[in-house]
Amino acid sequence: MDRPALTDLAEEERVFRDAVRAFAEEKLRPLAGPMDKESKLRPEVIPALFELGLMGIEIPESLGGAGASFFMSILAIEELARVDASVAVVCDVQNTLVINAIKKFGSPAQHERMLGKLASGAVGAYALSEAGSGSDAFALACRATPQGDDFVLRGRKLWITNGGEAGLFLVFATVDPAAGYKGITCFVVERGADGFTIPRKEDKLGIRASSTCELVFEDVVVPRANVLGDVGRGYKVAIETLNEGRIGIAAQMVGLAQGAFEGALAYVQQREQFGQKIGEFQAVRHRLARAAIDIEAARLLSYNAARLHDAGQPFLRQAAMAKWFASDVAERVASECLELYGGIGFTTECPAEKYLRDAKIGKIYEGTSFVQLDTIAKMLFSEGA
Amino acid sequence: MKIMVCIKQVPHQDARLDVNGAGTWIQEENIKFEINPYDQNALEAALQLKDKEAGTEVVVVSIGPERVTQSLRTALGMGADRAVHVKDGAADGSDSLGTAKILAAVAKAESPDLIFAGFMSDDGNLAATGPMLATLLGIPHTTTAVSFQKNGAIQVERELEGGALEVVELNTPCLVTTQTGMNQVRYASLKGIMAAKKKPIDVKTVADLGLAGQVGADAAKIKIEKLYTPPKGQGAEILSGSVDEVVGKLVGKIKELGLL
Ligand SMILES: Cc1cc2nc3c(=O)[nH]c(=O)nc-3n(C[C@H](O)[C@H](O)[C@H](O)COP(=O)(O)OP(=O)(O)OC[C@H]3O[C@@H](n4cnc5c(N)ncnc54)[C@H](O)[C@@H]3O)c2cc1C
Repeated sequence: MDRPALTDLAEEERVFRDAVRAFAEEKLRPLAGPMDKESKLRPEVIPALFELGLMGIEIPESLGGAGASFFMSILAIEELARVDASVAVVCDVQNTLVINAIKKFGSPAQHERMLGKLASGAVGAYALSEAGSGSDAFALACRATPQGDDFVLRGRKLWITNGGEAGLFLVFATVDPAAGYKGITCFVVERGADGFTIPRKEDKLGIRASSTCELVFEDVVVPRANVLGDVGRGYKVAIETLNEGRIGIAAQMVGLAQGAFEGALAYVQQREQFGQKIGEFQAVRHRLARAAIDIEAARLLSYNAARLHDAGQPFLRQAAMAKWFASDVAERVASECLELYGGIGFTTECPAEKYLRDAKIGKIYEGTSFVQLDTIAKMLFSEGA
Repeated sequence: MKIMVCIKQVPHQDARLDVNGAGTWIQEENIKFEINPYDQNALEAALQLKDKEAGTEVVVVSIGPERVTQSLRTALGMGADRAVHVKDGAADGSDSLGTAKILAAVAKAESPDLIFAGFMSDDGNLAATGPMLATLLGIPHTTTAVSFQKNGAIQVERELEGGALEVVELNTPCLVTTQTGMNQVRYASLKGIMAAKKKPIDVKTVADLGLAGQVGADAAKIKIEKLYTPPKGQGAEILSGSVDEVVGKLVGKIKELGLL
């Protein structure tokens, strides 16, 4: 078949999905609860992700990556999130933001140096947000001043995923605040650079095992060779990578919803009240049926956006729709599935409450749900229905 | 060195199993399959040897319908070099001997130095195919390996009744069947899976192997008459109470039934 159904996986996609699922079930499932309590990834997790090839999915084989498609990243993120959304976001940021940006905007020399590093064990982070600029990301204040052949970076970044583990940071700063978004430039900064510190990690509601950090740059010297893309064109780097990033977050939310759903589906077939399994009550069955519909629809939106991307077709509207819808579904499904457990669902003895807490971030990062709606609406009015 | 690994695709451990309409096997539509867990250890043992000894070739062999391709691709993704897929309706319904004959024909063409197979399959539980294959090939074999070493000859620790271990030594060519838990089975990595797309799967029919009429349901000496879930037993009594009470009741029961 030339154009198979969206969910009809090619053989290598199926083999890969099953391998990631087996890994997540066997190795991550036992750690998800403890890592949430400890607010920290266990040290064996990231090396295992590298070993499976999940941290360099689209990096070409010649540079040590797997040379696979963007859709494979989506499958990996979904399967990881089915078990632990925190581990999923580590993989998401690495592939859909950091590697994506370097692949798209890096020179061949930068590819060799940076992608090689990311393929062989370095975690990446993507530092755009600041205390004063979130949704309005291009109002950022972080400053880069030219100095001979280098730039000197000064400022702070907030809420940076993977900050605790990353070796390589994409940092957005402005070379000319008066130029507005046309001053924004993307710099690659390595952990340990003089003047670069990570003073703080946030304590959070959900995805607690994923580190969310503040970064401080006090006159950090960055060589010109570490400018990604052109000076003053960093806004392009940011916009064009967040588009794919949104599909990644959609996949994370689809996987999370699926995990929450599967737990509840098993529970209702075992718990008895009024002399029968609660899964025999029509109200319970219909709630699960609706959840299944929601998840399927969210998955179709995500897969469609990802496959459009891989086919080289426009996908921005679909990506925004997928993220908006999947994060809404994840929150609703996680919440309603928790209720199906009754009292135990509200306790930390049961994974249901963690799914609900983890779901909440989907509507916030990589563009809040309002921002997604804005993006979609803008396209409706500029391009038509 | 060339190693052949026999792998069977069986229903996934989490698959929901129902008896088929004819009452002779399970219903196989829409269930998930995986590589037989014992065979996964067999494959891992072969791959560990390949990691140690440069120039080792690992060939995986499986018999079954189209869906088996996924298991073979998984094995190739884990690091096997080549696959042979005996895909032929004429092989359906083979008993252990039929299966062993097919594998023996493949082994004769491949002449491996070492053959690994799972100790038994998760579905049939017969534990017969490995030894039969070795017998047909006229090579030494040992079963239920829990550890494996190669220093010239092959040394295998095997599991006996009551947890005892026995150490046996074999000269190649030979066949070893593996117990689960003998090693930590690796996952197919994405790089491996992408590389596996380019590795060959050699598809063969029963006739290609010169076995027309000798294998499959008609040639089988063992036929499954009936497959069913046993009816719930009667007369089980569950004793309840504190430990002391339960022990008291149990002793009373034993005396009452005159069992001691
Ligand atoms: C766990 C976590 C991880 C993160 N990881 C990263 C990361 O790796 N890298 C990174 O750069 N950032 C990261 N962020 C930051 C995240 O992307 C921002 O928090 C997000 O973009 C929202 O920005 P803000 O917090 O400033 O909220 P604000 O922009 O202040 O928004 C507050 C509210 O106002 C609404 N709002 C804002 N503008 C409009 C508008 N025009 N119309 C309607 N409503 C509007 C928003 O939707 C929201 O409801 C992370 C955040 C968290 C919590």
